[in-house]
Formats: sequence, structure tokens, C-alpha cells
Amino acid sequence: MDPTKTDGTEYFHRVVDCQWACPAHTDVPEYIRLIAQGRFTDAYLLNRQSNVFPGILGRVCDRPCEPACRRTRVEDKPVAICRLKRVASDNREEIGDRLPQAPRHRNGKRIALVGAGCASLAVANDLIPLGYECVIFEALDKPGGLMRTNIPAFRLPASVLDEEIDYIVDMGVDLRLSHPVQSMSALLEEGFDAVFVGTGAPKGKELKLPGRYDTDRIHIGIQWLESIAFGHVTSVGRRVLIIGVGNTAMDCCRSSLRLGAKNVKVMARKPRAFFKASDWELEDAEEERVKIVVNHSPREFLVEDGKLVGMKFDVLEYEFDDRGRITDSRIVDEATLPCDDVVLAIGQENAFPWVERDIGIEFDKWDVPVVDPTTFESTREGVFFGGDAAFGPKNIIWAVEHGHQAAISIHKYCQGTSLTDRLPRGVNLTTAKMGIHEWSYSNDYDPAGRRIMPHVDLKKRFRKLNIEVELGFSAEDAAAEVERCLNCDLQTVFTAGLCIECDACIDICPVDCLTITPNGDQETIEANLKTARLEAEQPLYLSGPLPHTSRVMVKDENLCVHCGLCAERCPTGAWDMQKSTVVIPYALDEAERDEQLCQTAQKAG
Amino acid sequence: MTSIAKPRIVHRGLSRNRLGLTVRDYEGGMSTLCAGCGHDSVTAAIIQALFELAVPPHRVAKMSGIGCSSKTPAYFLNASHSFNAVHGRMPCIATGAAAANRELYLLGVSGDGDSLSIGLGQFAHAVRRNLDMLYIIENNGVYGLTKGQFSASADIGTAAKRGEVNEQPPIDPVQLTMALGGTFVARSFSGDKDQLVPLIKAGMRHEGFAVIDVLSPCVTFNDHEASTKSYAYTREHSHEVMHTDFVPPMPGITVSYDKGEVVPITMHDGSRLLLRKVSDDYDPHSRGAAIEYIRTQQRKGEIVTGLLFVDESRPDMHGINSTTGMPLNELPFRSLCPGKRRLAALQRRYR
Ligand SMILES: Cc1ncc(C[n+]2csc(CCOP(=O)(O)OP(=O)(O)O)c2C)c(N)n1
Ligand code: SF4
Ligand SMILES: [Mg+2]
Repeated sequence: MDPTKTDGTEYFHRVVDCQWACPAHTDVPEYIRLIAQGRFTDAYLLNRQSNVFPGILGRVCDRPCEPACRRTRVEDKPVAICRLKRVASDNREEIGDRLPQAPRHRNGKRIALVGAGCASLAVANDLIPLGYECVIFEALDKPGGLMRTNIPAFRLPASVLDEEIDYIVDMGVDLRLSHPVQSMSALLEEGFDAVFVGTGAPKGKELKLPGRYDTDRIHIGIQWLESIAFGHVTSVGRRVLIIGVGNTAMDCCRSSLRLGAKNVKVMARKPRAFFKASDWELEDAEEERVKIVVNHSPREFLVEDGKLVGMKFDVLEYEFDDRGRITDSRIVDEATLPCDDVVLAIGQENAFPWVERDIGIEFDKWDVPVVDPTTFESTREGVFFGGDAAFGPKNIIWAVEHGHQAAISIHKYCQGTSLTDRLPRGVNLTTAKMGIHEWSYSNDYDPAGRRIMPHVDLKKRFRKLNIEVELGFSAEDAAAEVERCLNCDLQTVFTAGLCIECDACIDICPVDCLTITPNGDQETIEANLKTARLEAEQPLYLSGPLPHTSRVMVKDENLCVHCGLCAERCPTGAWDMQKSTVVIPYALDEAERDEQLCQTAQKAG
Repeated sequence: MTSIAKPRIVHRGLSRNRLGLTVRDYEGGMSTLCAGCGHDSVTAAIIQALFELAVPPHRVAKMSGIGCSSKTPAYFLNASHSFNAVHGRMPCIATGAAAANRELYLLGVSGDGDSLSIGLGQFAHAVRRNLDMLYIIENNGVYGLTKGQFSASADIGTAAKRGEVNEQPPIDPVQLTMALGGTFVARSFSGDKDQLVPLIKAGMRHEGFAVIDVLSPCVTFNDHEASTKSYAYTREHSHEVMHTDFVPPMPGITVSYDKGEVVPITMHDGSRLLLRKVSDDYDPHSRGAAIEYIRTQQRKGEIVTGLLFVDESRPDMHGINSTTGMPLNELPFRSLCPGKRRLAALQRRYR
């Protein structure tokens, strides 16, 4: 095998599993270290740089980082990455003077952003400091989009939302509330330099079964949640059935309990392994005594004299293959469940009734706009889509990343440079060695288990609609949890030319992830590894030939816990622990590059 | 010294042996040796071999003298017995331990200074007695612990770190042991676990005195260019003549091998050694020929490694002395201490 190429590649970025998994590439290990040092404000700002809404995301992020966390390879539970984000947010000091600001002189470009959700706000966050004028059009009378309408206040308090939205709006956004955009062509005629569509996926899916339109007690989940958020719905019947088992369903069932329901069931078509909802949201709902009923497929709404009395289901049985996938299903029974209300939470779609189909914005056969996955530009120049509006429902953190990328494109479009000539991501490395046996990070492996998030008492939490259930980590919880982080950004970097093959690193490695072996094809090398390779997805780090024997050093990145003992025991410094920093370019960096190019051109000219 | 201890992480790739133990259960305290010291690799090889043999840790007695090498028993088998003897005096303590409890696995770890300089006399007699133990010499040509003076194994012409050249002929523990009638003689290198681990297993299973001379470089005082015990020199000049595979006793399972190439040796407990000739002209059965071969190669600057001589037929110390078959602590008090009258009778025999 060839030696692993690390220069100019994303190799070391991938080793930082959490940061790699995060759509916005939040520098997780670094913010956790800042929290460990008590530098909450710095941790908050570092978060904000990539994910813009640390306080919000520290509560309700989908957390793709956590399943990826290296900690799950040495024990069951990942580091509570999301909860620690909230710790940074809860404990931050005043940050007003450390936020980006609009320059004194605008650059004369006006951008229209449709929808005041996370995607548009992220675009504005990146463009205003560059001098762009950002006009956000919002149909509702409050900004926030789905973050406000679909996430109940008991999970995300309005004050948290307002504060983080205000950071952006106060930079100088021209926010036009209660101002729905009715026509894209009319908007285009207003002469904006670019248009960004961040209208989310606001259309809840229907369930057209007999009886659907014979009563007004069947609600569409996301619309129903919005009505609750704005105080238009304040009560619900005693018995509620939620159809669907995604995260919206979890919000619907828990909201029902707060509106007075006593008996709430979530009806799932499939077994638990196939649920869409995140594990922790399921746990939280079940803690509140919501019952989740599996293998029930809706067949009919039962309405008597215009009154919803129940629902009829087919009871299903499934067959699985040896990998646990469903191969077949059959109806084994039927069941009737009485209820007073039904909430449909079976998915949502983006919808663009206001975008004319003859203005150069192409839609595909599913009536979804055709959007470039790198530039976020539609088929009409200067019109960009991002967030759920671009590729259908994802989540907040994806929308934020779309916003960053769209901001880069909008900037390039407005400056007349190529949208595809984007600054690449990079990785910087600096040694973490501070002296003999001294590293610039806490390298000692801490076997502590994951801290549990404290919740408001089960009796108290239903008294009001907006009592935040999660209390946040105490100082002690946070101090213990930060030490669980394995510091994956502290890379083990190997210099083959220095190795004397004394085996010290191999002998000391607590997870047996190192091997010195004659080079060969992948199969031979894998057969010689000290510990069998368990994850084909995780790379092998292979050195060039070692000076004494021409054998190679191989490291299985999957197992490493970044304790630094290899570097500590290496007599020649062939192993070193080096802090990697992933460089993620934003619109600001693109603008700086433009400026530099401009200056060199001026000097030359 | 290392500031943090090796954490005990039971990761998914870790396997368990017959006793249900992982390799972690054979580890010891954190090493305080210099980073890169060959001795740490020997420690790792011992841990691996004992794990693979599934030796119950409490049945092992670790014996050592004084030196960096003699410190290493602290770094493996936390759950075993251990005795750290006066400099060069480990063999007599080991003899006592063996006499008292013949069911202990005695594992001695010593240095070239401890065994060949101050302790040569003790060492030679342990060989003669064919004490049932595995005796590992971690050979680096210097007194590491006292800052790198030449030991008795230093070669003529090798230079110390400061440039001073050794003029005295070396004592080679391998030739010495063979000449003294040793029954299991091997040489290996700390940087070659493929060779060392099976040798340790074989040595543990040998009934009698098993010596493994392990070249184990001292990175701090004897790893420079003019040294003949450095990593680079050892790697370049060592030559394996016999490769040993260790096959544990497996009733009903036959091992297939090519008869012409492999010499099988059955050990007392039923396990087998498969000696594969790497050099055609080496004969592991003849003491005289073996010594001659090693000496000739030595003159050419070659270090011969592998299991160089083995004789399973000679009785060990207990056999020679017809001692009782039981550990003394298990003997009934009546037989262990037969009383005044029997003692008087015994004394009369010698008057
Ligand atoms: C009776 C006695 N004499 C001298 C010493 C000093 N001393 C301590 S260790 C040592 C040499 C150890 O050399 P070796 O056995 O080769 O061990 P290494 O440190 O090289 O592994 C000496 C001479 C001593 N401790 N006790
Ligand atoms: S002085 Fe030499 S023998 Fe002693 S620990 Fe250091 S390297 Fe090893
Ligand atoms: Mg020595």
C-alpha cells in the first residue's frame, strides 16, 4: 500500500469524527476544551462562527456529531456534545462587542431573502459584515421560521430564540415581518442584486383515508404546532392519537399533554428499529408517559354524527432478513382506538406556489427546484435556495451550512467572480508538546460515564406550555463531561525517518491500534494488524518505509483514543501529537481573498 | 518517566484467553524506564506470551536482581508473586522458591550486568542445577541503571557513549550456558516479537532451566553508532537460524508440517515446538556443533538467534534430588516436620 497522504487532503479532518459529521463542521473538541478552561464566551463564539445559533442548537440540534463520537468505540455513550454547547451558551458573558458588524460603508448590493428562518438568517449573518444590504421578507409576525413555529417552547424557550436572532437582525437586517412574498417574478422586478429562498418545508403531508374531511378534529402536525406557538390553539381532547413517529410526532404528543390531553398514543407503522425520531426525543416522550404503539397502519377515521370517535388500524406483522431489513409484511389483525383528536405527523415537503414556473427557475418531476449542491444556485442566475427549501426537510444545522455556502455564492455572484472557484478547506497542524511529559491538552483518559441531563419534575412541567423541561448541566456535570472528550483533533503524526523500530509505541498503546509490518497489499496488511480491523470506513494511517527494515508503521484510526502515549514513549519524536485546526472558508474569507487579489493587481498594474 | 498511566480500556478488538482474561490482565505498573528502552518491549512480549499461554497470574513468581532490566517485573503481571533480590543473587532466591513450591512458574528477568558480571557465579550454578525456571537476560552490553558502564557482555571494540573502547572479551551467555550443560538455550531481540513471544512460551513450558538471551538495546547509553548493541547494529547483524513455533497441547488435533523442514519437539506437558530450520547448516541437536557454529558466525560478526539448543530429556533440580512431589505448603504437617526423633536419626547417619 502507498503511504497515507495527509498533506493537502482532508485526512486529519476526518479523524475528528464529530467535526466531520457536523454539517457546519463545528470545532467540537476545541470548544469543549474552552469550556473545560471556563472560557464559556470563547466557546460560544467559536460555535457561533460555524453554527450561528449555539444556544438554539445546544437544545434542539439533531446532533449528527454524537453518533459519530469516538467515545462510542470504547463505551456505549458519546460525549454530550450538544449539551455542552448549551453550557457554553448558558454561561456566556455579554458578547455584543465581539460580534461581527456591518461596515460603515455599504457595498451597494441589495439581497432579498425570503423567509426569516435559520437559512436566511445565516446568509444575512455572513453578508452584512461584508457591506451587503439584506432584506428579509417574512410571512409571520415574528422571525425564526420553523425554529419558532415547529419547535415547542418547552424544548426551546422564546427568549433563547429571540436573543440569537437579534444578534443578526441588530447587525442591520431590513426585516419585513407579516410580509409574505406572493410572486417571485414581482420580487425579481424589484431590482435586488440576488435573491435567496429560505422558506423551509412548510407543507405537512396529508393522510387521505375515509373520514378525513368529516371532522375538524384531525390536524396536520406542523400547522397545529404553529397554531399552538402563536396561541391560536389552547386545548385538545382527552384522548389524542399521533400518526407518525418522527421528531415532529414527538413534539406533537408532548404538546398534547401540555394542552390537557390525558391519554396520548403515538401510532407507528413499523417496529421501533425503524423509527425516524431521535432516540433522545423518544426517551423524553416516553418519560412523559406517552405510549408508542408499533405495527399499526392507519385505515380509517371513525366519525359519528360529525364527531371524531376513533380510528381503525391494520395490525401488521413483518419479516426481516438477517441484516434486520424488512422483506415482507402482512395484516394479522385490526384494531380500533377511540380518540378525540388525531394529529398527522407523517412528514413535510417544500412548496412553492408563489414561484412562477416560466421565469427560468426549473423544477424537477417531484416539483422541487433544481438546485446546485455546491453553489445553491437555481437554474436562474442570481436566485439561490437553501435550507429545507433547497433539498427538502433536513434540520437546522444543515440549513445553517446551506446559508454559509449560499452566502459565499451570493458574494461571488455579486462580485462577478466564478461561483465554483471556492476556497478549499484546509487543515493546520502545530505540535502540542510543551515539554517532557507535558502536552497542551488533557491527555489522560477519563473513564467517567456520560452525565444525565436533569429535567423539571414530571408534575411541574405540565403546568404551563412553555416550561423548559431540560434544566441544563450543572457546573459539576459540565466539568465531568468535558473530560470525556477524547481530543480527536490532537492528531498522532508520524515521521517515518525518525523511527528506530523499538516498538515502544506499540507496547504502550492502550487500544493496540499500532503495528509495524512488512508492506504489502491491503489484505496482507490487514491480516497482520495487532487488533483486527473493525470499521472499514475508518482509515488506516500508513507510513513510508522505516529506515532500519523498510517495514511500515500502520495505525488503525478507528481504535485510537488520542491519549498521546505513543508520542510520550517515543524516544526519537517520530510520533508527535499535533493540534489540527480545520480551516473552513466563509464569505468573509472569500472577500479577503478578493481584496488581496485586487491589491496585487493594483501593484502590478 | 511517563506522566500518565496506561489507561485500562477494554476496547472491542480485545480478545480473551482460556481463563477469560484479556491481555490487560497480564499487565503491570507503569514503566519508569527510558522511552524506547528495549526492556519495555521484552515486558510486552512476556505479557503477550503469558496471555496466550493462559497462565494463571497467581501461579507465577517473578524473580529479579538489580538493574533497569531487573526493575521490569514491576511492569507486568500485577497479580503475581515477585522477589527483587540483591544484585546478582536472584538465582539462589529462585532456587529456594523452586524447592519450596514446585508448582510455581518461576520467571526470572535479569540483565547482563546482574547475571554475567556480579552474578555470574550464581547464574552458572542455576544452569548446572537445571532449576525449573525461565531465565531471561535483557542484554544491552552496559550497566544501564548506573549510567552506562560496560558490562561483561560488551564486545571487544565496542565504544561507550563518550568514546572509550572496550578491550576485554565478552561473556556470551548462550555459549556459556551450552558449555555448562544448559537444556534450553535461545537468543532473541527485543525488537522481534514474532521470534521472542514463541520462545518465551516454549521456555515457560520447558522442564528445567531455560535461558533466553534477549538483545535489548539501552537507548540512553548504548544506542549510538559505535555500539555493537544498538538497535541498528543488532538488526543488521542478527541472523535467525531456527524459527520456533509453539503449539499448545490440543488433544485430537494433529498439526501438519513438512517433515524435512521442521523438527518437532514434544514438551513434558504435551505442547509441541516446531523448529523450522532457517539455516541449512545448523544442527540444534548437537551441543558441540551448535557452539562451534555460533562461534564461527560470531567471528564473522554475525549474531545467531533462535532456539539454539534444547534437550527435554534431562531431569530438573527436583528430579535430580528426588524431592517430594508436592509443594511444601501442601504437605501434611507430620511429613513436613517429622519430629525430634527422626531428626536425631538423620543426624546420626552423618556422624
Ligand atoms: C552489590 C551491588 N553492587 C553494585 C550495584 C550498582 N549497580 C546497580 S545496577 C548495576 C548494573 C546493572 O546492570 P544490568 O544488570 O546489565 O542492568 P541494566 O540496567 O543494564 O538493565 C550495578 C552495578 C548494586 N546495586 N549492588
Ligand atoms: S538506562 Fe538504558 S537500560 Fe536503563 S531504562 Fe534507560 S534505556 Fe533502558
Ligand atoms: Mg545491562
